[in-house]
Amino acid sequence: MELLRLATAGSVDDGKSTLIGRLLYDSKAIFEDQLESVERVSRQRGDEYTDLALLTDGLRAEREQGITIDVAYRYFATPVRKFIIADTPGHIQYTRNMVTGNSTADLTVVLVDARKGIVEQTRRHAFLASLLRVPHLLLCVNKMDLVGYDRDVFEGLREEFATFASRLDVRDLSFIPISALQGDNVVQRSANMPWYEGASLLHHLEQVYISSDRNMIDARLPVQWVVRPQATSVLDYRGYAGQVAGGVFKPGDTVMVLPSGLTTTVAGIDTFDGPLDEAFPPMSVTVRLTDDVDVSRGDLICRPLNQPNVGQDLDAMVAWMTERPVAVGDFLALKHTTRWVRAVVRDIHYRLDVNSLHRDESASTLGLNEVGRVSLRVTQPLFYDSYRRNRLTGSFILVTEDTNVTAGAGMLLGPD
Amino acid sequence: MDRGRPGAGTGRYQLSQLRNIEAGSIHIIREVAAEFERPVLLFSGGKDSVVMLRLAQKAFWPGRIPFPVMHIDTGQNFPEVLEFRDRYVAEVDATLVVASVQDSIDAGRVAEEAGPNPSRNRLQTRTLLDAITEHRFDAVFGGARRDEEKARAKERVFSFRDEFGQWDPKNQRPELWSLFNGRHRAGEHIRVFPLSDWTELDIWQYVADEEIDLPSIYYSHRRQVFRRDGMLLSVGPHVAPRYEEEVFEATVRYRTVGDMTCTGAVVSVAASVEDIVAEVAATRVTERGASRADDRVSEAAMEDRKREGYF
Repeated sequence: MELLRLATAGSVDDGKSTLIGRLLYDSKAIFEDQLESVERVSRQRGDEYTDLALLTDGLRAEREQGITIDVAYRYFATPVRKFIIADTPGHIQYTRNMVTGNSTADLTVVLVDARKGIVEQTRRHAFLASLLRVPHLLLCVNKMDLVGYDRDVFEGLREEFATFASRLDVRDLSFIPISALQGDNVVQRSANMPWYEGASLLHHLEQVYISSDRNMIDARLPVQWVVRPQATSVLDYRGYAGQVAGGVFKPGDTVMVLPSGLTTTVAGIDTFDGPLDEAFPPMSVTVRLTDDVDVSRGDLICRPLNQPNVGQDLDAMVAWMTERPVAVGDFLALKHTTRWVRAVVRDIHYRLDVNSLHRDESASTLGLNEVGRVSLRVTQPLFYDSYRRNRLTGSFILVTEDTNVTAGAGMLLGPD
Repeated sequence: MDRGRPGAGTGRYQLSQLRNIEAGSIHIIREVAAEFERPVLLFSGGKDSVVMLRLAQKAFWPGRIPFPVMHIDTGQNFPEVLEFRDRYVAEVDATLVVASVQDSIDAGRVAEEAGPNPSRNRLQTRTLLDAITEHRFDAVFGGARRDEEKARAKERVFSFRDEFGQWDPKNQRPELWSLFNGRHRAGEHIRVFPLSDWTELDIWQYVADEEIDLPSIYYSHRRQVFRRDGMLLSVGPHVAPRYEEEVFEATVRYRTVGDMTCTGAVVSVAASVEDIVAEVAATRVTERGASRADDRVSEAAMEDRKREGYF
């Protein structure tokens, strides 16, 4: 059984909670006691219907105010796949939550109300999914029951959205007409829309091909931990533990360790469960090397003929996530793979309007929920790939040095 | 040594979902060991903490687990679980720290609860926070899962605690990719939840795949019980039935392991791990709803306890 991580964004009125509630309910991931609790709270509040949003709105403040303020994670499984939903609120003040939810997603579901069409929020969700390089984007045109299951409505929205998405960097775009409330095309294909020949939403989620989304070309192992047991039974053991971030490693492979640049070979790939013939993402393994080279946490093991970029001057798209704005000259802590460095902001090239994609080149700061292109200088060289090539070796976080708050999410730009 | 990695990939270069989340959990545990000075792993002998300890073994193998494990002992635990705890910790060659709620009561740090359903569940928070301060732990691994409870569904993998041990759900650090931010000041600490993405079914499938040993009370057995608030409580030194509560023998097992005062048994004939996997896959009630009085106090019982510094 494979794992698929999906991100959803939206507000109660576009039917997102109903949709998630239905997926969970139909796959039996909602339990009776959870449903009873939701029904009870809905009744106490005087709602006319059972508000399935209460299933995901876990915090007191959210239930009291009837809003979603944070990322909620929900889990369900079918015989084919396990799904992790990162469910985020869709309004502009929650851009940082959407960035968070999309950062690990394999697929993003963008919901559109068939009556209202493509609105600002639709475009923002799609843009954030493309900025975070979510490999699959799915536009669900919801509330088809309220437009008489009209094919022309669906086709019109499909065309409009496809035109907009052509300005984004979207690798795989799909469209499904649904009614979350009535269940049309959610789990089963709908008899109300015989003109639609594609898969139901659940079927699409089960079948979308995700294996090739990982980078299987560029071998990358950021070293997390040096395994050096202080026991007589394994006296001379020295292994380098980490989670493979790209490519495939095999015993006998010639590898290079950065920053030292020394070349050696993989002597073995070890796990608690026994040695492996090969290691690939997202496996957590321990690699032994033939030569006694100096390797420590923060180093990167790669292939000598396929090295990442090495540099101290970085160019990145940055999403800002805290109230205090960032400006040229600011110092921040930066974490990239398993390495912490200090960074200084050298330049803010432009601020990108997440709704219109307009570039404001006069911007000198980025505030909460703003996105822009930034140049940074860091204290030590990083070994990185562009984010479009590898989401794991191409991403970083920025942390304020005084308050230790995670303040920025960075996606590295070339050179490829 | 190679046991064939049960449940490994379904094809070349594919990992099953269980091995996928296992790899993520190992990554988290290694990050903590590398970036913190004094981590500790909370170990109750419950299934989640046993799985977490197995993941820690895997993270550092063939090295030893580079941090101690700690049990917050309410003094009202199931004897089978305490026996298991000591045996298992010795087997994996870990160092055990026990912090006792009874000691906190004796020292006057907390007072025993009064009322009709006294429990030491809430008192554990003081004992836990005192132990964190005493040992200067800066990272505390917990076995909580996001599928357990709706407040937990909102909590980060690296969850910041201020100098009072408090969780502020409205002011959590964004958590992106697998880049965890464990930075904190002296006196603050981070709770770390490596099992965040695991479901109850995942835990049981993993226990089956890995042939992990668990306390006997997870499996079906005969026991003297009585019914209170719809839960089956075990008759024992810390829980006595009231006059109107009838004691009877039933075939039961435990889905969760808290202390005897607040953990209910479920009627079950599932005697093997395979039986339990099948039972959990078919169940229509959450494990906490079925067996935990501590979550029934109010709609936000867990959130309130977590804010105070609970597990």
